[in-house]
Amino acid sequence: MTDTASVTTGRSIDRSQMAVSQTDVAIDIVDMHKWFGDFHVLRDIDLRVMRGERIVIAGPSGSGKSTLIRCINRLEEHQQGKIIVNGTELTSDLKRVDEVRREVGMVFQHFNLFPHLTVLQNLTLAPIWVRGTPKAQAEEAAMTYLERVKIPEQALKYPGQLSGGQQQRVAIARSLCMNPRIMLFDEPTSALDPEMVKEVLDVMISLAEEGMTMICVTHEMGFARQVANRVVFMDQGQIIEENEPEGFFSNPQHERTKLFLSQILH
Amino acid sequence: MSSSQTFFVRSEMVPEQAPPRSNRGIGAWLRANLFSTPLNSLASLIGIVVVGWVIWNVLQFTVFNAVFSDPEGLRGAACRPTEIGREVGACWIFIQARINFFIYGFYPAAETWRVNVMMLLGAILLVLLLVPKVPYKRVNAVLFFVVYPVVAFILMGGGVFGLPQVPTEQWGGLSLTLIISLLGIICSLPLGILLALGRQSSLPVIKSFCIGFIELWRAVPLITVLFMASVMFPLFMPQGVNIDNLLRAIVGIILFESAYMAEVVRGGLQALPRGQSEAASALGLNKLKSTMLIILPQALKHAIPGIVNTFIALFKDTSLVSIIGIFELLNTVRAANADSANWGAPTTAITGYLFAGAVFWIFCFSISRYSIWMEDRLNTGHKR
Repeated sequence: MTDTASVTTGRSIDRSQMAVSQTDVAIDIVDMHKWFGDFHVLRDIDLRVMRGERIVIAGPSGSGKSTLIRCINRLEEHQQGKIIVNGTELTSDLKRVDEVRREVGMVFQHFNLFPHLTVLQNLTLAPIWVRGTPKAQAEEAAMTYLERVKIPEQALKYPGQLSGGQQQRVAIARSLCMNPRIMLFDEPTSALDPEMVKEVLDVMISLAEEGMTMICVTHEMGFARQVANRVVFMDQGQIIEENEPEGFFSNPQHERTKLFLSQILH
Repeated sequence: MSSSQTFFVRSEMVPEQAPPRSNRGIGAWLRANLFSTPLNSLASLIGIVVVGWVIWNVLQFTVFNAVFSDPEGLRGAACRPTEIGREVGACWIFIQARINFFIYGFYPAAETWRVNVMMLLGAILLVLLLVPKVPYKRVNAVLFFVVYPVVAFILMGGGVFGLPQVPTEQWGGLSLTLIISLLGIICSLPLGILLALGRQSSLPVIKSFCIGFIELWRAVPLITVLFMASVMFPLFMPQGVNIDNLLRAIVGIILFESAYMAEVVRGGLQALPRGQSEAASALGLNKLKSTMLIILPQALKHAIPGIVNTFIALFKDTSLVSIIGIFELLNTVRAANADSANWGAPTTAITGYLFAGAVFWIFCFSISRYSIWMEDRLNTGHKR
């Protein structure tokens, strides 16, 4: 971990550690379909994410972006096709599901911190109860991560006493405490006040700089431009277009993508 | 913002100031809450007069006209207006005379120290458990929930360690009310939690069993349950098998109240956003750990008002066991009232029920205050 943490927006991004593996597949989704009841919510999804890749998933609301990343740690079940995460295929076998979840961190739109626990307890809960880490060691690690997201002084407060931006940074730190190999972000800044978006994005950027494999559902197109290797555009449960950011924004191919970009980029 | 003209720019920030004087003090409070308009002033005055009249009459009955002592020993005659030549309020000497009966029921007088020890032990352990500052909560919990019931049972029942046996028919009074309600409270909560979780289970067998159990017990009056336990149940038992009447009543109460408790807990479970269990799953916590560490602590906190409501209702419902011949507090009062040969004064019955009511009120009010204090303590300022 080199110290590149002078987090400011508009800064140039340190790409020294952001190499994408050519051979190591982090997530492989093959011909995947999912239904909610009769509703065909995800159709024919094929997506391969290499180790170290940073993917941004964009698209209109209801297009299935969130459902797709929730399938990756099986908060949602898929009914057809394959999802292989870190070499483990997700099936109804709970052991495999647990195995995958231990290695995949997730950050939610509404933070989903545990309100009855302090910030520190939020961070140490999973290491202690899932990994069996001794309490003292878990707390030490937790403090390191709180310092990384720049709120070590809030460790003993309850989530309800923090601002939205602080809560989301705690949520990120909580995921990191499990040392995940992959991070999923489900609209992490959508529920935040405008002034707080930056502090969360800064943390995400610094994660990217350390080479974390990331999949982000987000409407932050600036973040997509700066950080992503690939932008995946979805509509009606399908992947419509996939491109590296430069091409995606300057030269969209599909009509729906052009329409979407014209709506959000003023 | 293309306009070059600026309409207003603040040059100095406004410092914080105290609110205007008219908003503060007793005078302001009276004006705002009691005498804001002529009509409100009138209503306030009428209210004050009515409250004053009620308080005056209550004091007349319970204090000024009451009989507190009888120089010639505690006799019912001292409470008869004809004997003492004045209006008679509450007959407190009746309570004085029968206080042992109200506390111990028919428990042999020579053995009542055992009841005292049991109640004292229970009170000490309960306080240690309920005061958060006291350390060793786990040891306390084991003592109170595991060791104490055994000790209490041996103390009350006897038959071992040289303690003379006292059959449950002789237990009674306030001590029995406390035994029944404490057992009911301690057993119905965990049972209720299990039923509430079971009702949300994805396994159809468990789910339908829990729904069936809850709907059956909730739909039957407690009196019916007690009658069934007392009268019908023995008929179904094989010859020679005899389960204690009191035990049957207690089990009936526990099962009945656990059905209510289950629904209260389910309300707490439903108040939790789905994100909580999703976050727990995403961190790799399995179902059991997620329930024990994330879901239940929050759900139970949400459900405290309902849980305490059920506790208080249970505490008062214990008086219904009088209908199957068990002498808990209210029944001992009723039985003592019926003793008209010695206590045939006009106000003895009312005094007895006042006393019983006051005792119930003290316990229920304490439970209520404790729970409110606990709610405040557990409030972590979270609303999302």
